[in-house]
Order: sequence, then structure tokens, then C-alpha cells
Amino acid sequence: MPDPHRPRPGRAALWALPPVAALATVVLYPLALVVGQSLTPEDGGGPTTAPYTAVVTTAAFQDALVTTVLIAAGATLGALLLGLALSLVIAFVPFPGGKALARFIDLFLAFPSFLITLALLFLYGTAGIANGLWTDATGAAHGPLDFLHTPWGVLLAEVTYFTPFVMRPLLAAFAQVDTAQLEAAGSLGARPARIVRTVILPEALPALAAGGALVLVMSLNEFGIVLFTGAKNVVTLPVLVYSKAILDGDYTGACVVAVVNIALSAALYALYRTVTGRTRRTGRTAHPGRRRAARTAPAPVPATAAPGGASRARP
Amino acid sequence: MLVHSAAARRVIHAVFFLLFVPLFALPLLVIATASFAGGWSGALPSAPTLAHYRDLARGSAPAALATSLLTALAAGAAALITGTWAALAAERLGRRARRLLDTLFLLPVAVPSVVVGLALLVAFSRPPFLLNGTPQIVITAHAVLVTAFAYQSVTAALARLDPAYAQSAAGLGARPATVLWRIKIPLLLPSLTAAAGLCFALSMGELSATMMLYPPDWVPLPVQIFAATDRGSLFTGAALAVLLMATTLLVLLGVSRLRTKAAYR
Repeated sequence: MPDPHRPRPGRAALWALPPVAALATVVLYPLALVVGQSLTPEDGGGPTTAPYTAVVTTAAFQDALVTTVLIAAGATLGALLLGLALSLVIAFVPFPGGKALARFIDLFLAFPSFLITLALLFLYGTAGIANGLWTDATGAAHGPLDFLHTPWGVLLAEVTYFTPFVMRPLLAAFAQVDTAQLEAAGSLGARPARIVRTVILPEALPALAAGGALVLVMSLNEFGIVLFTGAKNVVTLPVLVYSKAILDGDYTGACVVAVVNIALSAALYALYRTVTGRTRRTGRTAHPGRRRAARTAPAPVPATAAPGGASRARP
Repeated sequence: MLVHSAAARRVIHAVFFLLFVPLFALPLLVIATASFAGGWSGALPSAPTLAHYRDLARGSAPAALATSLLTALAAGAAALITGTWAALAAERLGRRARRLLDTLFLLPVAVPSVVVGLALLVAFSRPPFLLNGTPQIVITAHAVLVTAFAYQSVTAALARLDPAYAQSAAGLGARPATVLWRIKIPLLLPSLTAAAGLCFALSMGELSATMMLYPPDWVPLPVQIFAATDRGSLFTGAALAVLLMATTLLVLLGVSRLRTKAAYR
């Protein structure tokens, strides 16, 4: 369509300049300084990898790295399984009020993560409700539950908080599953487990992968939940950045940990964007057979009016 | 319908609620109830009281609420303007330049919030920008963290926009500025208010970067909640959390009403 007022490319780039300049000042320039500082030794001098060797060889860093990855992997797995199960019920074994529940889950996403930990402290803390019930019932001095200050407490909070992020894209994908296919499979004698495995899951796999990758990135970067448990022995990379910079005043060390953390999560986020980019391109092709063809085609259309397009607006 | 037997459906629904209620419904309910309780170490809260809220009214909570509101408003406005501007500019760029802009504006999502805080702390504690210890550095951090969401939701809305309106207006001789102001912005208004609500809610609950940056005279609500629970005052923390959730909800509800209003224009 010819557009008489379409500006020349040069002018379009000029219009993009102010927001890019703003972003460069508050994001790129600070991040560059972080990388710079991570390469600068305490006593000054030229760039060196000495700070990296100094930090990476400490047990504190290695423990934090292992803890971060384990908790993130566990939270992702838990959120995927739980989100899949709950979404399957909401979408395919419907009950009155199911839609309202889905909306309640959206509301959940409006609140900060650390509120979950706060609630868990009331529910399962040493002086909490569950332990109170136990001591009332048995007359024991202490309740049996004391896991909130361990990695398990962090894991429970993260699974709870991140499950809605898996359910959102899943419910959107389930809404696009052709119910006629389910009916056909059912009338041909397939049991529910088989229908889920052979009809529903293949259709929802891109959404599941997207949700999982997103949760993996977010759980690698999660800080509030870990901070609120008050656990001294659960140290993740973000917590290490915080304690090095704010509590110890060791900015070079904090910058080193920060660079490692960025590298880890940026790599995973790139993976997430690749997966969702693929979902956007193939998500609308209704026939599984045609999907492979669409994937190899140069996708000219960006994510547009596909049903559920709005729900993808949030990464 | 996947499961046809009524008995099996009942079992599935029972399991569903057994998972759903303790995990998702209870936490918010527990916080809300605890904020009105004097103690809670059995099945039910004891000694219903408004004391926690009375303490809040006398303490530093009103200041924290004002701080959070001002921060969220300023950061949300900055994010909305930057994000919308960038999304509108990206629409006119070529494919490769647009992808570059996408990457640039989504970068803060991939960077841990704590690291965003650290980066601003490192960068703005030295000339030419000396912001360390000022409210502006907290607002900047929040703006950085929420701009990606504004950019993304406006980009998605622009992609859904029917180009025929803008093309007809341009075909009838409207200048680009007129097309933008009279056609595109009004059509984008519902998405813009929704994006504003999202930015506001995210900024209200931001803790990670704030913990790295907040000066003693600019303490937002989440930091106050952390300070309360950290010294063991869980019930005060719960009352503060209710204050935070109620404010966020009120603003989101207001925005959703705005949105329906905007839809009728």
C-alpha cells in the first residue's frame, strides 16, 4: 500500500533515537560499568581476570551457583507439572467457576512474589498454623514442620508463585485445541490419559516450553522470596550480589557475580525468545501436519490477532 | 469433555481443589486475616483486633505508602512514555533495526533486578551522574524494570491495530502527526491504560532493585514489609502487605474501568 507520508528510513531512525538514548544511559552504560568493574582489581590497574579467579574459586560462590541452579530447575519442574495438571482440569474437565479461577490466577500475578513467603511463614512457620494444629492435637512441644529456612521452603514458595506463569500460556493454547479431535479420539476408544498424551500435549508443547523457559529465567533471578525466608544457608546468586555489595561493600566481587548471573539468565532468556518466536509462528496453524512447513517458511507476519495474542503481551 | 464418568470428574475436581486451595487461595487469605488478628498459632486466628492498622497509621506506613505511590506513578509514567515512543518508532523501522530495538528494550527483563540495582548504583555514584542516595535513583530503577512491559504491550497492540484507519486518514491528507494524535493514540488508549496499570502494579511490588538502592528517606512499602517481618513483626508485615495489595488492586480496578470507558470511545 503506497503511503504518501511514509517517512524516509533516516527520519524513522531519528525518531527512535530519544528512547534509545534514554535506555543507553540507564541500562547499557551502567551494565558496561558493571562489566568494567568486574575486570578491575581492588588496587587499580589494567583489566584483568584476577577478580573472577578470586570469586569463582570461593566455596561461597560455588555453593550459590549450585543452589541457584538446583532451586531454579526444581521450581521450573514443579511449576510445569502443577501448571499442566491444573490447566488440564480447568480447560478439559470444566466446572462452574473455572473461568473465575483462571482470572483469580491473573490477579495473583499482580502481586509481588515475597507475599507468598510471608503467607508461608504464617502457614508453615515454626509458630505457624500447621504446627499449631499439630501441637494442639498431640500435645507435643514443637510441631513437625521446620522447612521454611531450608531450600525446600524457597522451592515451595517459588513453585507456588511461578505456576500461574505456566498456566497463562497453557490455558491460551488449550483454548485453541479443537474439541472435535478430543471427541473423535474418545469415541474411537482412547482413554483420557492417551488423549492427553497424543492429542492435547503435542498441541500445547510450544506453550509448555515457553512457560518453562520463562519460569527458569525468573527463578534464576528471584530475590524477594529467598530474602523473605530469612534463611542464612540458602544463598542464591542474586542474594550473593546483594550481600557482597550492600553488606560487605565488595563492589568488584558483586560485579563478578552479577556478570555470571546475567550470562546465565540472558542465555536462557534468548532461548525463551526463540521458543516463543517459534510458538508465534506456528501456534496459529491448526493442522499439525502443516506446522513443519510453516516453521521452515520465512515468517513474515509478526504476532498479530491470534486468539490469545493479548495474553502473550507479557513475556 | 475429556472425562465422561461423573464419579471420575468428582475425584479430579477434589484433587484440583486440594492442590489449588492451599497453594493459591490460602496465602492471600491468610495474610488478609492475619492483619486483623492478635495472634495465630492454632487452626483459627485469635483476638481480632485493629491494633496493627492503628499502629500503621501512627508509624511510618503512611510515608511508605506515599513513597511507593509517587515512585510507581513517576516510574510508570516514564516507562509508558519511553515504551510507547519506542514502540511507535520501531513500527516505522526496517525489520533488522526493529529486531535490534526489540532486543534492546527487552534486555532489562533478562537481567536480574538485583543486578539492575547494582548497575545503577555503580554507574550513578560517580560523575557525570551523581544520583546515589536520592529518590531519583529508585524511580530510575523502577522505570528501567517496567519499561520492557510497556514497550511489549504497546508493540503487541500496534500489531493488532487495523492499518486501514491510519492509511485512510493519510490518504485523505492528514499529516503523520495528525494521524498519530487523532487516530493511533485514541485507538491505542485501551492498551495504554492497561500497560499503565501493569507498570504501576509491578513498580508497587518491586523489592529486589529497591533493596540495593533505597536511601533512608525514601523507603517504599515492600522494603517496610521486609523490615517488619525481618524483625519478627509478622502481623505488622501482614497489615502492610494488605495495604500494598489493596492499593494495587484499587488502581488496577480503576484502570480496568478506564479501559472499558476507553473501549466505548
